[in-house]
Amino acid sequence: MTAAGALLDLPLAEAGARLAGREATSRSLVESALGRVAELDGRLGAFLAVTGERALAAADAADARAARGERRSRLDGVPVAVKDILLTRGVPTTAGSRILEGFVPPYSATVVERLEAAGAVIVGKLNLDEFAMGSSNENSAYKPCRNPWDPSRTPGGSSGGSAASVAARMVFGSLGTDTGGSIRLPASFCGVVGVKPTYGRVPRWGVVAFASSLDQVGPLARTVEDAALLLGTIAGHDPRDMTSSRRPVDDYLSGLEGGARGLRIGLPREWLESEGLEPGTAGAVRQALATYEELGAKLVPVSLPHSRYGIAAYYLIAPAEASSNLARYDGIRFGPRSGGAKGLREVYELSRERGFGAEPKRRIMLGTYALSAGYYDAYYLRAQKVRTLVRRDFDEAFRSCDVVAGPVAPGVAFRLGERTQDPLAMYLADVFTITANLAALPGLSVPCGRDAATGLPVGLQLVGRPFDEATLLRAARALERERGPFPAPPPLPAGGPA
Amino acid sequence: MALSVEEVRRIAALARLRLSPEEEETFRGQLSAILEHVAVLSELDVSGVEPMTHALAAEGGLAPVLRPDEVRPGLSHEEALANAPARDGTAFQVPRIIE
Repeated sequence: MTAAGALLDLPLAEAGARLAGREATSRSLVESALGRVAELDGRLGAFLAVTGERALAAADAADARAARGERRSRLDGVPVAVKDILLTRGVPTTAGSRILEGFVPPYSATVVERLEAAGAVIVGKLNLDEFAMGSSNENSAYKPCRNPWDPSRTPGGSSGGSAASVAARMVFGSLGTDTGGSIRLPASFCGVVGVKPTYGRVPRWGVVAFASSLDQVGPLARTVEDAALLLGTIAGHDPRDMTSSRRPVDDYLSGLEGGARGLRIGLPREWLESEGLEPGTAGAVRQALATYEELGAKLVPVSLPHSRYGIAAYYLIAPAEASSNLARYDGIRFGPRSGGAKGLREVYELSRERGFGAEPKRRIMLGTYALSAGYYDAYYLRAQKVRTLVRRDFDEAFRSCDVVAGPVAPGVAFRLGERTQDPLAMYLADVFTITANLAALPGLSVPCGRDAATGLPVGLQLVGRPFDEATLLRAARALERERGPFPAPPPLPAGGPA
Repeated sequence: MALSVEEVRRIAALARLRLSPEEEETFRGQLSAILEHVAVLSELDVSGVEPMTHALAAEGGLAPVLRPDEVRPGLSHEEALANAPARDGTAFQVPRIIE
Protein backbone atom coordinates (compact mmCIF):
# COMPACT_ATOMS: atom_id res chain seq x y z
CA MET A 1 0.00 0.00 0.00
CA THR A 2 1.28 3.49 -0.85
CA ALA A 3 1.97 5.98 1.89
CA ALA A 4 -1.03 8.01 0.77
CA GLY A 5 -3.15 4.84 0.77
CA ALA A 6 -2.16 4.18 4.36
CA LEU A 7 -3.09 7.77 5.17
CA LEU A 8 -6.65 6.97 4.09
CA ASP A 9 -6.97 4.73 7.13
CA LEU A 10 -6.16 7.56 9.52
CA PRO A 11 -8.81 9.59 11.27
CA LEU A 12 -9.66 12.89 9.61
CA ALA A 13 -7.96 14.99 12.28
CA GLU A 14 -4.70 13.06 11.87
CA ALA A 15 -4.79 13.27 8.07
CA GLY A 16 -5.27 17.02 8.47
CA ALA A 17 -2.27 17.11 10.80
CA ARG A 18 -0.13 15.35 8.17
CA LEU A 19 -1.17 17.98 5.65
CA ALA A 20 -0.32 20.72 8.14
CA GLY A 21 3.10 19.16 8.72
CA ARG A 22 3.63 18.94 4.93
CA GLU A 23 4.16 15.18 5.27
CA ALA A 24 1.46 14.63 2.66
CA THR A 25 -0.25 16.67 -0.01
CA SER A 26 -3.93 17.13 -0.50
CA ARG A 27 -3.49 16.00 -4.11
CA SER A 28 -2.02 12.66 -3.03
CA LEU A 29 -4.75 12.22 -0.45
CA VAL A 30 -7.52 13.07 -2.91
CA GLU A 31 -5.98 10.84 -5.58
CA SER A 32 -5.88 7.95 -3.11
CA ALA A 33 -9.47 8.60 -2.08
CA LEU A 34 -10.55 8.61 -5.73
CA GLY A 35 -8.52 5.46 -6.28
CA ARG A 36 -10.24 3.69 -3.43
CA VAL A 37 -13.62 4.79 -4.69
CA ALA A 38 -12.72 3.42 -8.14
CA GLU A 39 -11.54 0.17 -6.56
CA LEU A 40 -14.43 -0.46 -4.17
CA ASP A 41 -17.49 1.44 -5.17
CA GLY A 42 -18.57 -0.89 -7.96
CA ARG A 43 -19.24 -3.34 -5.14
CA LEU A 44 -20.57 -0.88 -2.56
CA GLY A 45 -22.60 1.71 -4.47
CA ALA A 46 -21.95 4.49 -1.96
CA PHE A 47 -21.51 7.22 -4.57
CA LEU A 48 -24.06 8.59 -7.02
CA ALA A 49 -21.48 10.94 -8.54
CA VAL A 50 -17.71 11.29 -8.25
CA THR A 51 -16.38 14.78 -8.89
CA GLY A 52 -12.77 13.89 -9.57
CA GLU A 53 -11.61 16.86 -11.64
CA ARG A 54 -13.26 19.39 -9.42
CA ALA A 55 -11.77 17.67 -6.35
CA LEU A 56 -8.24 17.61 -7.78
CA ALA A 57 -8.45 21.32 -8.60
CA ALA A 58 -9.59 22.00 -5.03
CA ALA A 59 -6.76 19.80 -3.72
CA ASP A 60 -4.17 21.78 -5.69
CA ALA A 61 -5.59 25.00 -4.29
CA ALA A 62 -5.37 23.52 -0.78
CA ASP A 63 -1.76 22.50 -1.38
CA ALA A 64 -0.95 26.01 -2.59
CA ARG A 65 -2.47 27.44 0.60
CA ALA A 66 -0.48 24.99 2.72
CA ALA A 67 2.72 26.00 0.92
CA ARG A 68 1.99 29.65 1.73
CA GLY A 69 1.27 28.75 5.35
CA GLU A 70 -2.36 29.78 4.91
CA ARG A 71 -4.32 26.65 5.72
CA ARG A 72 -7.91 27.63 6.42
CA SER A 73 -8.72 24.99 9.03
CA ARG A 74 -7.85 21.50 10.22
CA LEU A 75 -10.05 20.22 7.39
CA ASP A 76 -8.18 22.09 4.68
CA GLY A 77 -7.28 19.68 1.88
CA VAL A 78 -9.00 16.64 3.40
CA PRO A 79 -11.28 14.59 1.09
CA VAL A 80 -14.88 14.27 2.25
CA ALA A 81 -18.22 13.63 0.54
CA VAL A 82 -21.81 14.73 1.03
CA LYS A 83 -25.21 13.10 0.77
CA ASP A 84 -26.78 13.82 -2.58
CA ILE A 85 -29.62 15.73 -0.95
CA LEU A 86 -27.34 18.71 -0.29
CA LEU A 87 -27.23 21.18 -3.17
CA THR A 88 -23.85 21.61 -4.81
CA ARG A 89 -23.55 24.50 -7.23
CA GLY A 90 -22.72 23.20 -10.70
CA VAL A 91 -22.75 19.54 -9.60
CA PRO A 92 -25.89 17.45 -10.28
CA THR A 93 -28.02 16.81 -7.19
CA THR A 94 -30.68 14.12 -7.42
CA ALA A 95 -31.92 13.47 -3.86
CA GLY A 96 -31.85 9.84 -5.05
CA SER A 97 -34.87 10.50 -7.24
CA ARG A 98 -35.55 10.29 -10.97
CA ILE A 99 -37.64 13.43 -10.63
CA LEU A 100 -34.43 15.42 -10.13
CA GLU A 101 -32.44 13.59 -12.79
CA GLY A 102 -30.22 16.09 -14.57
CA PHE A 103 -30.88 18.87 -12.06
CA VAL A 104 -27.84 21.12 -11.62
CA PRO A 105 -28.28 23.46 -8.65
CA PRO A 106 -27.56 27.15 -9.20
CA TYR A 107 -26.34 27.49 -5.60
CA SER A 108 -24.83 25.39 -2.81
CA ALA A 109 -26.26 24.45 0.56
CA THR A 110 -24.91 26.46 3.49
CA VAL A 111 -23.26 23.33 4.89
CA VAL A 112 -21.50 22.72 1.57
CA GLU A 113 -20.35 26.34 1.44
CA ARG A 114 -19.01 26.02 4.98
CA LEU A 115 -17.14 22.78 4.27
CA GLU A 116 -15.57 24.32 1.18
CA ALA A 117 -14.78 27.57 2.98
CA ALA A 118 -12.88 25.45 5.53
CA GLY A 119 -10.92 23.95 2.63
CA ALA A 120 -12.44 20.44 2.74
CA VAL A 121 -12.36 18.75 -0.67
CA ILE A 122 -15.69 17.24 -1.73
CA VAL A 123 -14.98 14.20 -3.89
CA GLY A 124 -18.56 13.20 -4.66
CA LYS A 125 -22.23 12.90 -3.90
CA LEU A 126 -23.42 10.02 -1.77
CA ASN A 127 -26.20 7.52 -2.30
CA LEU A 128 -29.40 7.70 -0.25
CA ASP A 129 -32.98 6.58 -0.11
CA GLU A 130 -35.11 8.67 -2.46
CA PHE A 131 -35.72 12.04 -0.76
CA ALA A 132 -34.17 10.50 2.37
CA MET A 133 -37.24 8.31 2.78
CA GLY A 134 -36.08 4.95 3.99
CA SER A 135 -34.00 2.99 6.46
CA SER A 136 -31.92 0.79 4.15
CA ASN A 137 -30.87 2.90 1.14
CA GLU A 138 -32.89 0.44 -0.98
CA ASN A 139 -35.28 3.22 -2.00
CA SER A 140 -32.57 4.94 -4.05
CA ALA A 141 -33.90 5.32 -7.58
CA TYR A 142 -30.41 4.73 -8.94
CA LYS A 143 -28.85 1.77 -7.16
CA PRO A 144 -28.72 0.11 -3.78
CA CYS A 145 -25.82 0.77 -1.43
CA ARG A 146 -24.19 -2.12 0.42
CA ASN A 147 -22.72 -2.46 3.87
CA PRO A 148 -18.89 -2.63 3.85
CA TRP A 149 -19.06 -5.13 6.73
CA ASP A 150 -21.17 -7.53 4.68
CA PRO A 151 -22.21 -6.57 1.15
CA SER A 152 -25.30 -8.78 1.34
CA ARG A 153 -26.63 -6.39 3.98
CA THR A 154 -27.87 -2.82 3.84
CA PRO A 155 -25.80 0.05 5.23
CA GLY A 156 -28.98 1.41 6.82
CA GLY A 157 -30.65 4.55 5.58
CA SER A 158 -31.37 6.99 4.52
CA SER A 159 -27.75 8.27 4.64
CA GLY A 160 -26.44 4.86 3.54
CA GLY A 161 -23.74 6.19 1.22
CA SER A 162 -22.61 8.66 3.88
CA ALA A 163 -21.95 5.83 6.35
CA ALA A 164 -20.61 3.24 3.88
CA SER A 165 -18.11 5.65 2.29
CA VAL A 166 -16.65 6.60 5.67
CA ALA A 167 -16.60 3.04 7.05
CA ALA A 168 -14.90 1.73 3.88
CA ARG A 169 -12.19 4.40 4.21
CA MET A 170 -13.06 6.02 0.89
CA VAL A 171 -13.36 9.44 2.56
CA PHE A 172 -12.47 10.79 6.00
CA GLY A 173 -15.89 12.10 6.83
CA SER A 174 -19.23 12.89 5.30
CA LEU A 175 -22.45 14.76 5.79
CA GLY A 176 -25.86 13.16 5.99
CA THR A 177 -29.33 14.21 7.01
CA ASP A 178 -31.50 12.80 9.78
CA THR A 179 -35.28 13.15 9.82
CA GLY A 180 -36.15 10.06 11.86
CA GLY A 181 -32.78 8.36 12.35
CA SER A 182 -31.18 8.66 8.91
CA ILE A 183 -27.71 9.52 10.23
CA ARG A 184 -27.71 7.45 13.42
CA LEU A 185 -29.08 4.22 11.94
CA PRO A 186 -26.51 3.89 9.11
CA ALA A 187 -23.75 5.03 11.49
CA SER A 188 -24.75 2.16 13.80
CA PHE A 189 -25.00 -0.38 10.96
CA CYS A 190 -21.61 0.59 9.48
CA GLY A 191 -19.62 1.12 12.68
CA VAL A 192 -19.01 4.88 12.43
CA VAL A 193 -19.92 7.90 14.53
CA GLY A 194 -22.98 9.88 13.43
CA VAL A 195 -24.48 13.03 14.95
CA LYS A 196 -28.01 14.36 14.53
CA PRO A 197 -27.74 17.89 15.93
CA THR A 198 -30.47 19.78 17.77
CA TYR A 199 -33.12 21.06 15.37
CA GLY A 200 -31.93 24.51 14.30
CA ARG A 201 -28.26 23.95 15.15
CA VAL A 202 -27.21 23.43 11.52
CA PRO A 203 -28.78 25.52 8.75
CA ARG A 204 -30.93 23.73 6.21
CA TRP A 205 -30.60 26.30 3.41
CA GLY A 206 -29.99 24.34 0.21
CA VAL A 207 -31.02 20.98 1.68
CA VAL A 208 -33.73 19.29 -0.37
CA ALA A 209 -36.66 19.34 2.06
CA PHE A 210 -38.35 16.15 3.25
CA ALA A 211 -40.08 16.95 6.56
CA SER A 212 -39.17 20.49 7.49
CA SER A 213 -39.95 20.34 11.21
CA LEU A 214 -37.70 17.28 11.63
CA ASP A 215 -34.86 17.45 9.05
CA GLN A 216 -31.33 18.16 10.32
CA VAL A 217 -27.90 17.90 8.67
CA GLY A 218 -25.06 16.27 10.58
CA PRO A 219 -21.66 14.62 10.25
CA LEU A 220 -20.54 10.99 9.99
CA ALA A 221 -16.93 10.15 10.77
CA ARG A 222 -14.68 7.41 12.11
CA THR A 223 -13.89 9.06 15.41
CA VAL A 224 -15.76 11.27 17.84
CA GLU A 225 -13.14 14.00 17.43
CA ASP A 226 -13.64 13.99 13.66
CA ALA A 227 -17.40 14.24 14.09
CA ALA A 228 -16.90 17.16 16.51
CA LEU A 229 -14.60 18.88 14.04
CA LEU A 230 -17.12 18.54 11.21
CA LEU A 231 -20.05 19.60 13.38
CA GLY A 232 -18.19 22.70 14.52
CA THR A 233 -17.57 23.56 10.87
CA ILE A 234 -21.21 23.36 9.72
CA ALA A 235 -23.10 24.56 12.83
CA GLY A 236 -24.25 28.10 13.45
CA HIS A 237 -26.85 30.62 12.41
CA ASP A 238 -27.63 31.36 8.79
CA PRO A 239 -30.12 34.17 8.12
CA ARG A 240 -31.29 32.32 4.99
CA ASP A 241 -32.83 29.58 7.17
CA MET A 242 -35.47 31.05 9.47
CA THR A 243 -35.40 27.91 11.62
CA SER A 244 -31.68 28.16 12.28
CA SER A 245 -30.78 29.14 15.82
CA ARG A 246 -28.92 32.33 16.69
CA ARG A 247 -27.41 30.67 19.72
CA PRO A 248 -23.59 30.72 19.66
CA VAL A 249 -21.96 27.42 18.74
CA ASP A 250 -20.11 25.63 21.53
CA ASP A 251 -16.47 24.64 21.11
CA TYR A 252 -17.01 20.91 20.65
CA LEU A 253 -13.33 20.07 20.85
CA SER A 254 -12.16 21.81 24.01
CA GLY A 255 -14.15 19.62 26.44
CA LEU A 256 -13.93 16.44 24.41
CA GLU A 257 -11.49 14.66 26.73
CA GLY A 258 -13.45 15.56 29.85
CA GLY A 259 -14.37 11.94 30.54
CA ALA A 260 -17.51 10.40 31.99
CA ARG A 261 -16.87 10.77 35.70
CA GLY A 262 -19.98 12.14 37.39
CA LEU A 263 -22.00 11.99 34.17
CA ARG A 264 -25.57 10.93 34.85
CA ILE A 265 -26.74 8.56 32.13
CA GLY A 266 -30.48 7.99 31.95
CA LEU A 267 -31.60 4.52 30.91
CA PRO A 268 -35.13 4.52 29.55
CA ARG A 269 -36.90 1.36 30.60
CA GLU A 270 -38.98 1.51 27.41
CA TRP A 271 -35.88 1.19 25.23
CA LEU A 272 -33.84 -1.39 27.09
CA GLU A 273 -36.77 -3.66 27.79
CA SER A 274 -38.27 -3.33 24.32
CA GLU A 275 -39.43 -6.74 23.15
CA GLY A 276 -38.08 -6.28 19.61
CA LEU A 277 -34.52 -5.72 20.83
CA GLU A 278 -32.14 -8.40 19.49
CA PRO A 279 -30.03 -10.10 22.18
CA GLY A 280 -26.70 -9.31 20.45
CA THR A 281 -27.57 -5.63 20.30
CA ALA A 282 -28.83 -5.55 23.87
CA GLY A 283 -25.60 -7.27 24.99
CA ALA A 284 -23.33 -4.75 23.29
CA VAL A 285 -25.32 -1.83 24.69
CA ARG A 286 -25.24 -3.27 28.23
CA GLN A 287 -21.48 -3.73 28.00
CA ALA A 288 -21.07 -0.11 26.97
CA LEU A 289 -23.18 0.96 29.94
CA ALA A 290 -21.03 -1.16 32.23
CA THR A 291 -17.95 0.58 30.81
CA TYR A 292 -19.49 3.92 31.64
CA GLU A 293 -20.05 2.81 35.21
CA GLU A 294 -16.41 1.77 35.47
CA LEU A 295 -15.48 5.23 34.20
CA GLY A 296 -17.37 6.83 37.04
CA ALA A 297 -20.66 7.64 35.36
CA LYS A 298 -23.88 7.11 37.24
CA LEU A 299 -26.64 5.08 35.59
CA VAL A 300 -30.08 6.43 36.37
CA PRO A 301 -33.35 4.69 35.49
CA VAL A 302 -35.68 7.01 33.59
CA SER A 303 -38.94 6.58 31.74
CA LEU A 304 -40.06 7.80 28.33
CA PRO A 305 -43.63 6.51 28.45
CA HIS A 306 -44.68 8.12 25.15
CA SER A 307 -41.78 6.79 23.11
CA ARG A 308 -43.97 3.86 22.05
CA TYR A 309 -46.14 6.35 20.18
CA GLY A 310 -43.17 7.83 18.34
CA ILE A 311 -43.41 5.79 15.14
CA ALA A 312 -47.13 6.48 14.81
CA ALA A 313 -46.75 10.23 15.35
CA TYR A 314 -43.78 10.36 13.01
CA TYR A 315 -45.55 8.50 10.22
CA LEU A 316 -48.27 11.12 10.24
CA ILE A 317 -46.13 14.24 10.65
CA ALA A 318 -43.29 13.38 8.27
CA PRO A 319 -45.52 12.24 5.37
CA ALA A 320 -47.81 15.25 5.87
CA GLU A 321 -44.87 17.62 5.58
CA ALA A 322 -43.41 15.60 2.71
CA SER A 323 -46.65 15.74 0.76
CA SER A 324 -46.46 19.51 0.97
CA ASN A 325 -42.71 19.80 0.27
CA LEU A 326 -42.84 17.42 -2.68
CA ALA A 327 -45.67 19.35 -4.33
CA ARG A 328 -42.98 21.48 -6.01
CA TYR A 329 -41.90 18.58 -8.23
CA ASP A 330 -44.33 19.05 -11.06
CA GLY A 331 -42.30 19.01 -14.27
CA ILE A 332 -42.48 22.79 -14.74
CA ARG A 333 -39.37 24.45 -13.33
CA PHE A 334 -36.87 21.61 -13.01
CA GLY A 335 -36.63 17.89 -13.47
CA PRO A 336 -37.89 15.86 -16.41
CA ARG A 337 -41.29 16.75 -17.86
CA SER A 338 -43.34 13.89 -19.09
CA GLY A 339 -43.84 14.07 -22.84
CA GLY A 340 -47.22 13.61 -24.48
CA ALA A 341 -49.22 15.24 -21.68
CA LYS A 342 -52.34 17.15 -22.66
CA GLY A 343 -52.88 20.19 -20.49
CA LEU A 344 -51.25 21.36 -17.30
CA ARG A 345 -52.84 18.87 -14.95
CA GLU A 346 -51.65 15.97 -17.04
CA VAL A 347 -48.12 17.42 -17.06
CA TYR A 348 -48.19 17.38 -13.26
CA GLU A 349 -49.70 13.94 -12.93
CA LEU A 350 -47.58 12.17 -15.52
CA SER A 351 -44.31 13.86 -14.48
CA ARG A 352 -44.94 12.92 -10.85
CA GLU A 353 -46.15 9.43 -11.67
CA ARG A 354 -42.99 8.71 -13.67
CA GLY A 355 -40.55 10.69 -11.52
CA PHE A 356 -41.36 9.43 -8.03
CA GLY A 357 -40.55 5.95 -6.78
CA ALA A 358 -42.86 3.86 -4.60
CA GLU A 359 -41.77 5.24 -1.21
CA PRO A 360 -42.25 8.96 -1.96
CA LYS A 361 -45.59 8.11 -3.55
CA ARG A 362 -46.61 6.11 -0.49
CA ARG A 363 -45.68 8.97 1.83
CA ILE A 364 -47.26 11.63 -0.35
CA MET A 365 -50.46 9.57 -0.34
CA LEU A 366 -50.34 9.06 3.43
CA GLY A 367 -49.59 12.73 4.09
CA THR A 368 -52.24 13.97 1.69
CA TYR A 369 -54.77 11.75 3.43
CA ALA A 370 -53.71 12.89 6.90
CA LEU A 371 -54.06 16.54 5.89
CA SER A 372 -57.25 16.18 3.86
CA ALA A 373 -60.55 17.70 4.87
CA GLY A 374 -62.11 15.98 7.85
CA TYR A 375 -58.95 14.10 8.89
CA TYR A 376 -56.60 16.91 9.92
CA ASP A 377 -57.66 17.00 13.59
CA ALA A 378 -57.70 13.24 14.01
CA TYR A 379 -54.31 12.69 12.43
CA TYR A 380 -51.91 15.61 11.99
CA LEU A 381 -53.09 17.75 14.91
CA ARG A 382 -53.24 14.78 17.26
CA ALA A 383 -49.75 13.71 16.21
CA GLN A 384 -48.44 17.22 16.92
CA LYS A 385 -49.94 17.01 20.42
CA VAL A 386 -48.30 13.62 20.97
CA ARG A 387 -45.06 15.26 19.92
CA THR A 388 -45.44 17.65 22.85
CA LEU A 389 -45.88 14.64 25.15
CA VAL A 390 -42.75 12.98 23.75
CA ARG A 391 -40.78 16.15 24.41
CA ARG A 392 -42.16 16.43 27.95
CA ASP A 393 -40.94 12.89 28.66
CA PHE A 394 -37.40 13.95 27.79
CA ASP A 395 -37.66 17.20 29.76
CA GLU A 396 -38.72 15.15 32.77
CA ALA A 397 -35.88 12.63 32.25
CA PHE A 398 -33.29 15.42 32.01
CA ARG A 399 -34.21 16.52 35.52
CA SER A 400 -32.35 13.47 36.78
CA CYS A 401 -29.79 12.78 34.03
CA ASP A 402 -27.47 14.56 31.60
CA VAL A 403 -27.85 12.23 28.64
CA VAL A 404 -30.24 9.43 27.76
CA ALA A 405 -28.65 6.23 26.45
CA GLY A 406 -29.92 3.18 24.63
CA PRO A 407 -29.72 1.24 21.42
CA VAL A 408 -29.79 3.03 18.06
CA ALA A 409 -31.80 0.26 16.42
CA PRO A 410 -33.44 -2.97 17.54
CA GLY A 411 -30.78 -4.99 15.71
CA VAL A 412 -27.80 -5.04 13.39
CA ALA A 413 -27.76 -4.40 9.64
CA PHE A 414 -30.40 -6.49 7.90
CA ARG A 415 -30.14 -8.11 4.49
CA LEU A 416 -31.04 -6.40 1.25
CA GLY A 417 -34.56 -7.29 0.22
CA GLU A 418 -35.54 -8.50 3.67
CA ARG A 419 -38.01 -5.70 4.41
CA THR A 420 -38.77 -4.13 1.06
CA GLN A 421 -42.21 -5.70 0.78
CA ASP A 422 -43.33 -4.59 4.21
CA PRO A 423 -43.05 -0.81 4.70
CA LEU A 424 -44.17 -1.01 8.32
CA ALA A 425 -41.41 -3.48 9.24
CA MET A 426 -38.92 -1.11 7.58
CA TYR A 427 -40.29 1.85 9.53
CA LEU A 428 -39.77 0.01 12.82
CA ALA A 429 -35.97 0.19 12.36
CA ASP A 430 -36.35 3.82 13.49
CA VAL A 431 -38.25 3.04 16.69
CA PHE A 432 -35.49 4.30 19.02
CA THR A 433 -34.18 7.20 16.93
CA ILE A 434 -37.41 8.88 15.94
CA THR A 435 -38.22 10.38 19.33
CA ALA A 436 -35.14 12.65 19.28
CA ASN A 437 -36.38 14.13 15.99
CA LEU A 438 -39.90 14.57 17.33
CA ALA A 439 -38.50 16.29 20.44
CA ALA A 440 -35.98 18.36 18.38
CA LEU A 441 -33.12 17.03 20.54
CA PRO A 442 -29.54 16.17 19.60
CA GLY A 443 -28.75 12.48 19.18
CA LEU A 444 -25.59 10.59 18.43
CA SER A 445 -24.56 7.07 17.49
CA VAL A 446 -21.18 5.80 18.58
CA PRO A 447 -19.90 2.26 17.88
CA CYS A 448 -20.12 0.32 21.14
CA GLY A 449 -19.33 -3.23 20.16
CA ARG A 450 -20.10 -6.03 17.77
CA ASP A 451 -23.01 -8.40 17.65
CA ALA A 452 -21.81 -11.74 19.03
CA ALA A 453 -23.52 -13.84 16.36
CA THR A 454 -22.66 -11.89 13.20
CA GLY A 455 -19.70 -9.71 14.16
CA LEU A 456 -21.58 -6.69 12.78
CA PRO A 457 -21.23 -3.28 14.43
CA VAL A 458 -23.67 -2.10 17.09
CA GLY A 459 -24.14 1.56 17.90
CA LEU A 460 -24.97 3.15 21.22
CA GLN A 461 -27.38 6.04 21.03
CA LEU A 462 -26.98 9.08 23.26
CA VAL A 463 -29.64 11.80 23.32
CA GLY A 464 -29.01 15.12 25.02
CA ARG A 465 -30.58 18.36 26.12
CA PRO A 466 -31.30 20.97 23.45
CA PHE A 467 -28.04 22.37 22.04
CA ASP A 468 -25.96 20.18 24.35
CA GLU A 469 -24.07 18.37 21.60
CA ALA A 470 -20.87 19.04 23.57
CA THR A 471 -21.94 16.69 26.38
CA LEU A 472 -22.97 13.98 23.90
CA LEU A 473 -19.60 14.18 22.17
CA ARG A 474 -17.68 14.16 25.45
CA ALA A 475 -19.63 11.10 26.63
CA ALA A 476 -19.10 9.31 23.31
CA ARG A 477 -15.40 10.12 23.39
CA ALA A 478 -15.07 8.68 26.90
CA LEU A 479 -16.39 5.35 25.63
CA GLU A 480 -14.26 5.44 22.49
CA ARG A 481 -11.11 6.25 24.45
CA GLU A 482 -11.71 3.39 26.87
CA ARG A 483 -12.56 0.88 24.15
CA GLY A 484 -9.97 1.96 21.59
CA PRO A 485 -10.73 2.87 17.99
CA PHE A 486 -13.46 0.85 16.32
CA PRO A 487 -11.93 -1.49 13.70
CA ALA A 488 -12.22 -1.11 9.94
CA PRO A 489 -14.46 -3.60 8.16
CA PRO A 490 -12.75 -6.70 6.72
CA PRO A 491 -11.59 -6.51 3.08
CA LEU A 492 -14.50 -6.78 0.67
CA PRO A 493 -14.92 -10.07 -1.15
CA ALA A 494 -13.56 -9.80 -4.69
CA GLY A 495 -15.75 -9.63 -7.77
CA GLY A 496 -18.96 -7.89 -8.72
CA PRO A 497 -21.85 -6.95 -6.49
CA ALA A 498 -22.88 -9.78 -4.18
CA MET B 1 -58.80 1.46 9.18
CA ALA B 2 -59.23 -0.10 5.74
CA LEU B 3 -59.18 2.25 2.77
CA SER B 4 -61.29 1.60 -0.31
CA VAL B 5 -59.94 1.84 -3.85
CA GLU B 6 -62.17 4.89 -4.34
CA GLU B 7 -60.50 6.63 -1.40
CA VAL B 8 -57.07 5.75 -2.79
CA ARG B 9 -58.08 7.32 -6.11
CA ARG B 10 -59.42 10.42 -4.39
CA ILE B 11 -56.16 10.90 -2.45
CA ALA B 12 -54.08 10.30 -5.58
CA ALA B 13 -56.08 12.95 -7.42
CA LEU B 14 -55.53 15.44 -4.58
CA ALA B 15 -51.80 14.65 -4.65
CA ARG B 16 -51.62 14.91 -8.48
CA LEU B 17 -50.45 11.34 -8.81
CA ARG B 18 -51.81 9.09 -11.53
CA LEU B 19 -51.50 5.59 -10.12
CA SER B 20 -51.69 2.39 -12.11
CA PRO B 21 -54.38 -0.13 -11.05
CA GLU B 22 -51.61 -2.29 -9.52
CA GLU B 23 -50.29 0.66 -7.52
CA GLU B 24 -53.81 1.50 -6.34
CA GLU B 25 -54.21 -1.99 -4.96
CA THR B 26 -50.73 -2.09 -3.38
CA PHE B 27 -51.18 1.29 -1.74
CA ARG B 28 -54.69 0.40 -0.58
CA GLY B 29 -53.27 -2.49 1.42
CA GLN B 30 -50.12 -0.78 2.64
CA LEU B 31 -51.77 2.49 3.59
CA SER B 32 -54.52 0.62 5.42
CA ALA B 33 -51.88 -1.25 7.45
CA ILE B 34 -50.04 1.96 8.29
CA LEU B 35 -53.26 3.73 9.28
CA GLU B 36 -54.12 0.78 11.49
CA HIS B 37 -50.76 1.19 13.22
CA VAL B 38 -51.09 4.96 13.71
CA ALA B 39 -54.54 4.48 15.21
CA VAL B 40 -52.66 3.68 18.43
CA LEU B 41 -52.51 7.45 18.97
CA SER B 42 -56.23 7.50 19.72
CA GLU B 43 -55.45 5.67 23.00
CA LEU B 44 -53.92 8.85 24.36
CA ASP B 45 -55.82 11.59 26.10
CA VAL B 46 -54.47 14.74 24.47
CA SER B 47 -57.08 17.14 25.76
CA GLY B 48 -55.39 20.28 27.04
CA VAL B 49 -52.10 19.40 25.32
CA GLU B 50 -50.74 22.10 23.03
CA PRO B 51 -49.57 20.86 19.64
CA MET B 52 -45.85 21.21 19.04
CA THR B 53 -46.14 23.66 16.18
CA HIS B 54 -42.56 24.79 16.38
CA ALA B 55 -39.70 22.50 17.24
CA LEU B 56 -37.79 25.26 19.03
CA ALA B 57 -40.66 26.88 20.92
CA ALA B 58 -39.08 26.00 24.26
CA GLU B 59 -35.81 27.64 23.16
CA GLY B 60 -37.42 30.92 22.17
CA GLY B 61 -37.85 29.74 18.61
CA LEU B 62 -41.17 31.52 18.30
CA ALA B 63 -39.56 34.95 18.19
CA PRO B 64 -40.44 36.52 14.86
CA VAL B 65 -37.69 36.25 12.31
CA LEU B 66 -37.83 39.40 10.23
CA ARG B 67 -35.32 41.17 8.06
CA PRO B 68 -35.40 44.56 6.40
CA ASP B 69 -37.36 44.56 3.17
CA GLU B 70 -34.58 45.57 0.86
CA VAL B 71 -33.55 44.73 -2.69
CA ARG B 72 -30.77 42.15 -2.83
CA PRO B 73 -29.19 40.20 -5.65
CA GLY B 74 -30.80 36.81 -6.32
CA LEU B 75 -30.59 34.23 -9.09
CA SER B 76 -30.29 35.63 -12.59
CA HIS B 77 -32.95 34.71 -15.17
CA GLU B 78 -30.43 32.45 -16.81
CA GLU B 79 -29.64 30.59 -13.57
CA ALA B 80 -33.27 30.30 -12.58
CA LEU B 81 -34.27 28.92 -15.98
CA ALA B 82 -31.25 26.69 -16.53
CA ASN B 83 -33.09 23.59 -15.26
CA ALA B 84 -36.43 24.29 -16.95
CA PRO B 85 -37.70 21.41 -19.08
CA ALA B 86 -39.16 23.99 -21.50
CA ARG B 87 -38.66 27.75 -21.66
CA ASP B 88 -39.60 30.68 -23.81
CA GLY B 89 -37.17 33.56 -23.54
CA THR B 90 -37.13 34.54 -19.87
CA ALA B 91 -40.17 32.46 -18.89
CA PHE B 92 -40.98 28.86 -18.00
CA GLN B 93 -43.09 27.38 -20.76
CA VAL B 94 -46.17 25.33 -19.85
CA PRO B 95 -48.89 23.76 -21.96
CA ARG B 96 -51.83 25.96 -22.92
CA ILE B 97 -54.07 26.38 -19.88
CA ILE B 98 -57.05 28.17 -21.46
CA GLU B 99 -58.40 26.62 -24.64
